[in-house]
This record gives sequence, C-alpha cells and structure tokens, in this order.
Amino acid sequence: MVGLHHWVVEPFGYAFMQRALVEVVLTGAVTGAIGTYVVLRGLSFIGDALSHAIFPGVVIAFLLGRSVFLGALVFGLLTSASIVVLATSRRIKEDSAIGVLFAGTFALGVVLISTTRNFARDLASFLFGNVLGVTTGDMWLSATVGGLVVILMVLFHKELVLVAFDRAAAQALGIRVFWLDLLLLVLISLTIVVSLSAVGNILVVALLVTPAAAARLLTDRVTVMIGLSASFGVIAGVLGLLVSYHADVAAGGTIVLVATFLFGLVWLLAPTHGVLVAPWRRRRATAVDTSGEARVVLESPDAGGAGR
Amino acid sequence: MARIEARRDPTAGDDGAEMLRGDLVVRDLTVAYQEKVVLRGVNARMRPGQVIGVIGPNGGGKSTLLKAILGIVPVTHGTVTLAGRPAATMRGRMAYVPQREAVDWDFPVTVWDVAMMGRYPRLGWLRRPGSPDEARVEAVLRQVGMWGERRTQIGQLSGGQQQRVFIARALAQEGDVLLLDEPLNGIDAQTQEVIRAIIEEERQAGKIVLLATHDLVSASCACDCLCCLNQRLVSYGPTPETYTPETLSATYGGPVIMLGPAGGVASVPAREPGAHPHHWPDHPHHRHAHENLGREHD
Repeated sequence: MVGLHHWVVEPFGYAFMQRALVEVVLTGAVTGAIGTYVVLRGLSFIGDALSHAIFPGVVIAFLLGRSVFLGALVFGLLTSASIVVLATSRRIKEDSAIGVLFAGTFALGVVLISTTRNFARDLASFLFGNVLGVTTGDMWLSATVGGLVVILMVLFHKELVLVAFDRAAAQALGIRVFWLDLLLLVLISLTIVVSLSAVGNILVVALLVTPAAAARLLTDRVTVMIGLSASFGVIAGVLGLLVSYHADVAAGGTIVLVATFLFGLVWLLAPTHGVLVAPWRRRRATAVDTSGEARVVLESPDAGGAGR
Repeated sequence: MARIEARRDPTAGDDGAEMLRGDLVVRDLTVAYQEKVVLRGVNARMRPGQVIGVIGPNGGGKSTLLKAILGIVPVTHGTVTLAGRPAATMRGRMAYVPQREAVDWDFPVTVWDVAMMGRYPRLGWLRRPGSPDEARVEAVLRQVGMWGERRTQIGQLSGGQQQRVFIARALAQEGDVLLLDEPLNGIDAQTQEVIRAIIEEERQAGKIVLLATHDLVSASCACDCLCCLNQRLVSYGPTPETYTPETLSATYGGPVIMLGPAGGVASVPAREPGAHPHHWPDHPHHRHAHENLGREHD
C-alpha cells in the first residue's frame, strides 16, 4: 500500500502535477477520439503536416506576447483550408503539395524562434511539450477547445463516418464532402492545439495515430473504436505522466512511449487481429473464401480484371 | 407484356409535360478528367418504369456516365435533369451502388450500418436514425436476404453478399433513380437472382434503373433500353433496336460474331474468347440459348 501511495497518490499532492493530470487526460481523450478518423481515413501524414504547419503560429504568438493557443488556432485553420483547396487541384499531387507546405511553414517557425534569447529551451518546449508548466488558464482553454471538438464530432459523426467509408456514395447521397473534409481538418487542428502543452508539436501525431490504430485491432465498430482509442489515450497520458515524474524524464516523450507500448501489446495479443493468433485467423479466412466468390473465379478467370 | 408496353421511344418527346413526370434527361453531356475527354455527346431521355442498360468496353465511360448523372464527377459540358430540375440538386433521390472494387472492405462498419447510410439524405444533418428508419433498414435487409448477417463486419462477407448489402443501402434510400455499377461482376447465382428480382420490382414501382454492365446477355434480357458507350454515345434506344450486330460492332470497335438466328440477340466482338457464366434463365426475353458470350477486354 505504501508503494502504491508513493507511486500514484503522492505525485498529485503538487498543484502543478494536478494541472498536468487534467491536461494529459483531456489531451489523451480528445486525440484518441479524433485519431479514429485520422486512422480510418489514412490521414497520418496530414496530421503530421498540420502539427508542423501550426508551429510558426505558435512562435509568432509567443514573440508578440499573445496567446500561443490563438496563434496555433489561426495557423491550424489556414493550413486546413490550404490542404483542402490544394487537394482539389490535380496539377500537383496532394502529398507533394502538403510536403511543400508543412516543411516551409515549419522552417519559418524555426527561423522566427531563433531570434529569441532562450532559443533552445523555447524550441524544445514547443516541439515536445511542457506539461509541468501548464497554467490554470491553459487548462481551461484545453477543456473548452477539447469540449468543442467532442461536441462537433458527436454532431457530425454519421457524416464523418460515411465520407471516410465511401466517398463516392457520400457525394451521391448529397453529403458536401468538401466541407466535411475541412471540418475534419479543423477538428484535427483544434486537437493539436489542445495537445501542444502536453506533448508538443512533433509528438502529437503519435497520439493521433497510435491509440486509434490499437483500438482498430480490437473492434469492428466505429463508435467502440472511438471509445477504446480515447481510453488508450487517457491511459497513456496518465501512466506516461507518472513514469516521467518518478524517472525524472520528459513527460511528452514518455506519454508517447507508453502509447507505443500499449499498441505493441494489442498488436501481439488482440483476440482476432493479434499477431500471435494469426495462424488461427488464416485458417478461418481460407474457409470463408471457398464460398461463392471462389467458384465464380473458376468459371470466369477474368472476372476480377474486368470492369475496373 | 406490360413490360413491352412500358417501352417508349426514349428520345422522342419534347420538354414540358414529360419532365414533370420525373424523366431523367441527359443532354449533350461531355465529361473530361483534366484535359482528357472520357465521354462526349451523350443524349438520353430515361422514363419512370424503364430499365436502361449502360454497355460498352472498359474505359468506354459506363461508370463515368453514372457518376456524371450523380454529379460526382465534374461535367465539362451539357446538363442532367431529373423531373426538369438539375440532377445534382436532387442527389438524395438517386441511389447509387458503386463497383465493389471502389469500397474499403476493411472499414469497421457492419451490414446494418451500411444499409442505414441509405437513410442519411432523409435524416439530414445532425439527426440520428429513428424507428421508421430502422424499420425500413430491416425490411430491405430481409429483402436482399442479409438480415441474418446484420451484425457482421462487411469485409467478412462473400462478394455476392457484399453486393447485396450495397443494394440494400440503395433501396433504403427510397429514391426515384437506381444506378447500379457492374452489380453482376463476380457474384453467385443467388445474388444474381436477388438483383434480377429487385430490378424488376423497381421497374414495376415506376423507378428509373440504370444498369452499367459488361454482361451483354443480362443487359439485353433485363433492360428496356440500351445506352451504348465507347467514349461517346454510339447508340441509345429500345433494346430490340440497339441490341444488333451493327450497333454492338460500333460500340466495341470490332467485328462481331452472330450467335442464334437472325434478328440476333447474341453477338460478341470476334477477338474475344472465353465463356461467360451469367444467365438470367427465366426471363421472358431470354428466348435463345447463349453460349460463348464474351466480355470486353482492354
């Protein structure tokens, strides 16, 4: 009991650790939830790009002595809009366009922050988070923005799922996919803004992808996946915070490491998709394939190639 | 015989009265991806209660025509109207079954979830499905024989079952136009039977059904009109007038082999070997034995 008390309860006797706890719980839940869409739509790269592109906004706000949140928010929205617009032109491939955009904006941020006296320290805190330095104001802002993200996710859940699943049918069903794409990118941007103090610009993409990827291995329902992913995010945040406190290492990095460890566990042990049960799964898949489809393939060898 | 009577000259008639009845009218339609024109000069008038087969070689523009009607590919030139109004503004009334290859089968949704998506246009933004939606979804899943699998993730189904789930989604939508893109591709006999029955029911219910297929036998049996495409409109008209060696030859761009008696119901491009498994055996128009019917190759 003494051990448990020492490990889990004692650290939160400090006010800064209480604030950090609230911050990582908020961050873990919101990144985990929105991460479900990031994973289902294969937007890891875009999440990474957004988090980098937000960086100059953070730096400019910092240099002007304004709210870092506000700076990040403005740049997040600008970048989201740019990505959606770039995606509609076909001259440049989308991933190239995004690559150009985020590398350029990130460099702008680095150059701007190199003008400050405490260059290295400031850079590190933006890039990797500074959860122990969270103020009460930061906390409330995170709660407000995080709450907004969750509300919008709930309101537009069915449309977001449909666009992720079957884009052409979504369009055919009258869904305005352009605005939903923009909405999703804005939600991701807001989530990145919420996560800045906990894990920073660079590591946030791990929290957007890793918990959701683990959750995907455990369920075939989107809503369950969102819940599991948010739970993994919270667990990683709290465990990572505790471990970093006791081991005296960087909190942001530790949180991401715990998330990665959780993913590894799930990847190995998941009941149906886990690597350790793969032989059993393969047998079952073979059994399924002997039904109608295989028979038709025998009858018309070119069926798979025709009509695409 | 009601079917025969339902056939009217698809290109005759002018605007006005016909439009109000819910005709789907394609006028001088041209579609280009970037600068490459993939489909041009399509004119067609489709009436309620008609089944229209969209045929032609791969790359001939079958899928493109369907998507242009749905307004999900940019139309370079021309118009598509439904009941006299731009079709793109009436998307909720057009139900679409995409090619199976276009779907992400690993996506974590169940059979029930997919069918429910057909209700979204009626729900509109922000609203969640209620009991009328659930009743409709149950009815259509029973209709396509997938009610027992409603909790199954779609990737675990056979090809034919997957096709039936997407048809259930289209039926759940209760639209006026049903657009099927290669629904007969690589599926089992039971599913073919289900699709055939559904097309017939939709015809009886006065819907417009567009069936894009490379299966000429099925198209000639099931469809009132044929729309023959080879990057342009080769021919559009009642099946007996368009399902001819001349038209098919022009559509597929090569000589054709006639099978069966003159007045011909079966023909294929000569360069195409290979048997075709699809049959629509009990259809009244299926008067001749069809063998060695090929499908197009690129």
